Amino acid sequence: MPEEKPPVVPKPGEAPAAPAAATSAAKAAPEAKAHPEKPAAVAPSGPVGEPWTGEIVEALHKTFPEIAIQAFTYLTQNYLIIPRESVVPVAMFLKTELHFNLLADLTAADYPKREKRFEVVYQLYSFSRNERLRVKAPVGEQESIESVIPVWSGADWMEREVYDMFGIRFEHHPNMKRILLPDEWEGYPLRKDYGILQQDERWVRENLHIESGQ
Amino acid sequence: MATSTPQATFLDANEIVINMGPQHPSTHGVLRVILKLDGEKVMGTECIIGYLHRGVEKIAENRTYVQFAPYVDRMDYVAAVSNGLGYCEAIEKLLNAEAPPRARYVRTILTELNRISSHLLWLGTHALDLGAITPLFYTFREREEILKIFENYCGARLTTHAFRIGGLQYETYDGFEEQVKAFCDYFPPKVDEYETLLTGNRIWLERTKGVGILKADEAIDMCVTGPVLRASGVKWDLRKAKPYAAYAELDFDIPTGPNGDTFDRYFVRMEEMRQSIRIVRQAVAKIPEGPIMGKVPKIMKPPVGEIYHSIEAPKGELGYYVVSDGSTQPYRVRVRPPCFINLQALDRMCRGHLVADVVAIIGTIDIVLGEVDR
Amino acid sequence: MQIPLPPAIAPYFWPVVYGVILLAVFPLAAGYIVLLERKVMADIQARLGPMRVGPHGLLQPIADAVKLLLKEDIIPELTDKWVFWISPIISVVTALVALFLIPMSDKLPVPDLNIGLLFILSLTSVGILGIILGGWSSNSHYPLLGALRSTAQLVSYEVALGFAIVGGLMVAGTLSMQEMVRNQLAQGVWFVFYQPVAFLIYFIAALAETNRAPFDMPEAESEIVAGYHTEYSGFRFALYFLAEYSNIVIVCSIATTLFLGGWLRPFPNVRALDFLNYFPVIALAGLGAFCLLGAAREARTIEKLGMAGLGGALILMGLACLLPGVLPAVEGLFWFIAKVCLGLYTFIWIRFTLPRYRYDQLMRIGWLWLIPLAIANVIVTGVVMMLWQ
Repeated sequence: MPEEKPPVVPKPGEAPAAPAAATSAAKAAPEAKAHPEKPAAVAPSGPVGEPWTGEIVEALHKTFPEIAIQAFTYLTQNYLIIPRESVVPVAMFLKTELHFNLLADLTAADYPKREKRFEVVYQLYSFSRNERLRVKAPVGEQESIESVIPVWSGADWMEREVYDMFGIRFEHHPNMKRILLPDEWEGYPLRKDYGILQQDERWVRENLHIESGQ
Repeated sequence: MATSTPQATFLDANEIVINMGPQHPSTHGVLRVILKLDGEKVMGTECIIGYLHRGVEKIAENRTYVQFAPYVDRMDYVAAVSNGLGYCEAIEKLLNAEAPPRARYVRTILTELNRISSHLLWLGTHALDLGAITPLFYTFREREEILKIFENYCGARLTTHAFRIGGLQYETYDGFEEQVKAFCDYFPPKVDEYETLLTGNRIWLERTKGVGILKADEAIDMCVTGPVLRASGVKWDLRKAKPYAAYAELDFDIPTGPNGDTFDRYFVRMEEMRQSIRIVRQAVAKIPEGPIMGKVPKIMKPPVGEIYHSIEAPKGELGYYVVSDGSTQPYRVRVRPPCFINLQALDRMCRGHLVADVVAIIGTIDIVLGEVDR
Repeated sequence: MQIPLPPAIAPYFWPVVYGVILLAVFPLAAGYIVLLERKVMADIQARLGPMRVGPHGLLQPIADAVKLLLKEDIIPELTDKWVFWISPIISVVTALVALFLIPMSDKLPVPDLNIGLLFILSLTSVGILGIILGGWSSNSHYPLLGALRSTAQLVSYEVALGFAIVGGLMVAGTLSMQEMVRNQLAQGVWFVFYQPVAFLIYFIAALAETNRAPFDMPEAESEIVAGYHTEYSGFRFALYFLAEYSNIVIVCSIATTLFLGGWLRPFPNVRALDFLNYFPVIALAGLGAFCLLGAAREARTIEKLGMAGLGGALILMGLACLLPGVLPAVEGLFWFIAKVCLGLYTFIWIRFTLPRYRYDQLMRIGWLWLIPLAIANVIVTGVVMMLWQ
């Protein structure tokens, strides 16, 4: 791993970074890291940080032995990478058994160079443990992911925003519509191939009756 | 409301759909709420937002870390200092740097003053929505004092860009401590004045008690944070749970409310103003000497990785999820907007209430559309 | 004044002259009541209010009136044209006629109807028609719903108002406005001391009758249910506005006449307090001196001259009262206007202190609290009066 060992003191409440070997019977391990000296626009192509073990990871592996769950920690923040099909059962387990009852954030990021282009990111928080956890699920371009509204109903608008910005569809969402952009907008702005100066020229032409100034 | 007339008119319909359009005085910005009514009772609401969407997250991918910092103020423009604090601390974490103690204390003072000014604006506009026209002018008069401090410190009143990644750019001006202490003495009687006008007022109590109840488990399920969550009875504040800046060394209480109705949210925010003054008083007494800027490189290229850092903004948990690809520009910046997520609870809170309560409930969530839409 | 007139028109001449003068003067006065409201509002809100137009904003009403008159007269396409035209007229005419019947002084030629108060109340009831027709003719469901709500509120609070007035009438013994005041003079006490509960209920009902805060929900909830005067602009809106402020003056005047002694000075029968007769002189001179002080602080010359002129005029008026025969003629009017101003100030003060009641709470207060209380007051008064005989 080509990152400099960060001289970081584990903050109270976060799981300590245990540099033990990863014990997960995982899928293909993450590939080589991007070098920090390379010029811009080299996306992080895989998980960063050290493998993380602890009681939460043990409990997850015990409950879901057939699901490939990878666990890492970077800068004392722990995160899991799970396959997209297992989002709802893992989320339900995390909420009910491990008490991660607050979904702080639900968002996504676009890594076009990867095999599965998008990564849906869930930031969880547990009141009783005072602990944060991030869960990431890679989703391919034409694939969809199950909505976690049955687990936390506040995921509603956050998933709509992810759909609006990235085009990731959430199965069984009660109202899968755009939320921030007008309903007729074409294109998904936060994708890396949506140029920052690009306006939806047809929308501007049809609705404002002018040529797009950009 | 349905009357029997020979020909069917709209008065016969049992369900009316009414639009509270994007422009009108009571929604604190461009928010469109569609109400489905059965006579006078609200059966459901639908919020249409996005009128103020400026694509801040996309812009972030095309600016350097330092260049993006002023954009952050423009989201929740009422509490710009908090936005800046969250962002600077997130990037400092990513760079594994730390702001020096003096910077942390000054940041705490300015952020708490900002919390007070945000709550004052909320109080004025919320009272105005409910018909009490006068408190608006009083709260803005107090807010002027705070904005004068900001202006003296960094030159701007509203979108301050007060902090830099790694610490502060400006040293505190001569008379900063005196002005802040004078404000701490000037302000608490004013809070008592507002309480006299509103808290004991029977009309205010009738308009706010029992209106828009959100129970604790519902609130957690809807991912609500901030004063709305605390008013529902959950005693959780990021300043105590995961202290940042100088909060670990300061002493303050977290007010909560028993029922989660509009009155409790009002009460929690009033108490928070008092607690903020307490924090500011302690911090001003304890500001250490020292440098104001930590060791950060001139050209910031955080190592490849990601971070999620959140602070207790006046509206709720303001989080920044920053992914770095090793270059000078962030790969992805996600702002976790407290107002956006709190606004989802509007539907739950409005069910079964009268139309006139919708305005009160929108006011009590304390939304700023700049943050809802980014 | 004795002018030889043919006997056919003699009884009508002076009241008609009075009516014409009132009609000419009152709209200007209503404009200044609006300015008073803005200035008092500003004072409560720690600011100054209109200051630009004229010295201390004293020419603001003129500017507002000119603006409203010069506005384009917009009549929406789908309205019922005749009804749209007549609704503000109904409101204004009833308000002004009611005002005509109020005795502001015993020296003014106000017709002394033996059913005076009843007539005034019926006129205000007819004025409600102006509201509902205005909302109806607008042919848009928001003004209609606003008009219906406003009307429902007014009609409900009229019942409470009526019962409160009945309490006062039982003590006054007559419906004639002038007779009421003469009875208060004869008994040597203002009726508010006999009927404090009635006065309080009357005051609260009056706030609701004039759609003032805290009962102004039909007007203020303009997003969801707009007020009845949404579609009106320019001069028509000015008429509604005039009607609203006239109504405020009318309810304050009724309160003054029935409860606060009309044109009488405090303690009219106590000879020891006769020096209070000179209060108008002192008040006018004091106001004049205040204006001169303000003139000294004005920045621009023209405003200095304006304020100085106003101050001088007020002082001259005060001194003129010292001339023989003038003071007895004008003191009644002075006291009446002073009491009405007190009522106006209280209306404005309440508006900017209290939040607004929700519509259902408003109706509940009217029907479940004020009306039973007013009826109870009438019963208790009746019992007490019977036992007193």
